Amino acid sequence: MELKEDIRLMKGNEAMAEAAIQAGMDAYFGYPITPQSEVLEYLTREVPNRTGIALQAESEVAAINMVYGAAGAGARVWTSSSSPGWSLMQEGVSYIAAAELPCLLVNVNRGGPGLGTIQPSQGDYFQATKGGGHGDYHLLVLAPNSVQEMADFVFLGFELAEKYRTPVMMLSDGAIGQMMEKVTFHKREIVKSAKPWATTGKTEDRERNIITTLFIQPEKMEIVNIHLNAKYEEIKKNEVRYEEIETKDAEYLLVAYGLSARISHKVVILAREKGIKLGLLRPITLWPYPSDVLFKLADQVKGMMTVELNAGQMVEDVRLAVNGKVKVGHYGRMGGIIPSPEEVEENLEKFIKTL
Amino acid sequence: MENNEILTPQCIVDGDDNYDLVYEKTNVMTDTRLHYCPGCGHSTAHKILGEVIQELGIQKDVIGVAPVGCSVFAYEYLHIDWQEAAHGRATAAATGIKRCLPDKYVFTYQGDGDLAAIGTAETIHCINRGENIMIIFINNGVYGMTSGQMAPTSLEGMKTTTSPYGRNVHTMGYPLKVSELIAPLPGAFYVTRQTVHTPNAVRKAKKAIMNGFKYQKLGKGLSFIEIVSNCPSNWRMTPLQSNDFIDTDMLKYYPPGDIKVPSKEDLINL
Ligand code: SF4
Repeated sequence: MELKEDIRLMKGNEAMAEAAIQAGMDAYFGYPITPQSEVLEYLTREVPNRTGIALQAESEVAAINMVYGAAGAGARVWTSSSSPGWSLMQEGVSYIAAAELPCLLVNVNRGGPGLGTIQPSQGDYFQATKGGGHGDYHLLVLAPNSVQEMADFVFLGFELAEKYRTPVMMLSDGAIGQMMEKVTFHKREIVKSAKPWATTGKTEDRERNIITTLFIQPEKMEIVNIHLNAKYEEIKKNEVRYEEIETKDAEYLLVAYGLSARISHKVVILAREKGIKLGLLRPITLWPYPSDVLFKLADQVKGMMTVELNAGQMVEDVRLAVNGKVKVGHYGRMGGIIPSPEEVEENLEKFIKTL
Repeated sequence: MENNEILTPQCIVDGDDNYDLVYEKTNVMTDTRLHYCPGCGHSTAHKILGEVIQELGIQKDVIGVAPVGCSVFAYEYLHIDWQEAAHGRATAAATGIKRCLPDKYVFTYQGDGDLAAIGTAETIHCINRGENIMIIFINNGVYGMTSGQMAPTSLEGMKTTTSPYGRNVHTMGYPLKVSELIAPLPGAFYVTRQTVHTPNAVRKAKKAIMNGFKYQKLGKGLSFIEIVSNCPSNWRMTPLQSNDFIDTDMLKYYPPGDIKVPSKEDLINL
């Protein structure tokens, strides 16, 4: 059946679930947690009449290991959760990365640490981009800033996961997951890559397939690590994504992703009304990080400031990227508080005075 | 001794090769030398598992899930597709596989620490969902791989490296009878406790594993095959002493036999 292009008003979480069905998902395994429970609800409602499997697991621990099993069996599979549940999944995520299993993993970030709050946050930036689970691995991390992107990044996420045989993460937040916006589902052809390595039963024409993460001899373990890192280098080369807003003549630069980037876009408008030549760089991939463009922009601007819904996490990556060329500040609110554009603009002006 | 010395049949008598073949290694087993300690029941359990897969002719349709524990390398020994799961999560991984490949035969092979301690939640819920898979549960009452710590199934008074004065049930809990615990769950279709320490027991255990595969085609729930096994190394016994200990102690607390069997009507379509 050919899908017609359709436009709907949806929550980010629902748009993501709808996109997954349209992307030909074979399975979803999840556990309810606010603010992303709509995903499992949407899928358990829709899937019986359409395609795929949606199963409520007994915990996030079980859900991520179901993803492991299904991805190993060659399925197009995904899961979603929110911060405390995402923490529970980290063991499985490390195994999935080690076993090079393509899948899509979504964290609809809420405020922490601990049980925290159900309000939006970007407090899981470190966890998403620096590891989260044990061992040397990276997730390819996509950061949507709209309901549309939450849908689009499902298609992109599956594609990239299969292209590189690697888990792809979408780091959203409680606001984008919960808010309703217009979303367009474009007509697309779904291509699923062949998975000759999957455990689908050992036929006579091939050797048996084994999905394992155990390499007990250090020499072999190191080879696996070298292989993984070669792949990560390839991803770094090809998959950096970002958006530049008003950077051409910018004297100052905001750096923000996701929800913060939406706020920051308003800040750019406010500042420019006041004659401050402000630009915005929005990283779309948080890993790999758009370091090169920031390094270049550092020659042009007098200072950079990150806007984050956390105590200052991404600011470290910006500082690494510009390597001391310009001063990099941070403005953030925590615990589920969302700053207004006026509040950020005021703090930008304070930052500019320190330059 | 080289591998091929073990594997080549040495039956040629006086240059006459017209001999009766009385035993042959199943070709579902690989030629990799088993890493298990001498006399360990894991080796026997692997062998009958391989034999059953061969006899049923389902090698191309079987996916095994290996645990973390002594049998972590189970995937080295059978010529089938395997996944190696995180500690305790084999049944979750198996759920993911079976749901996506419902026509395949899926089994997990897990020890007592993996299945009955760290993986208890996954075990119970997998059974409770009635996933159409088989769990082979090797119960030897001790953590083998990490060298002899107390397991949830260690017997009362059993000395292990973490119960050096013997398991005190008042402070360390009681040995867990997993089969009896899960048998009442409606999702459990077939629950049996077997051993592999005598030739007769091996035959029975093999039959149970065969059932566990066959029943998957019925789509009526999960087959749970407990095998009470030995761990000569961590029981600090010779293999023979450990086999005796199975009779004198283990089977007293974990009585062998069927705990839940399908009814005749259940098996009508088999
Ligand atoms: S430690 Fe025990 S269970 Fe493990 S292989 Fe040796 S005898 Fe078998």
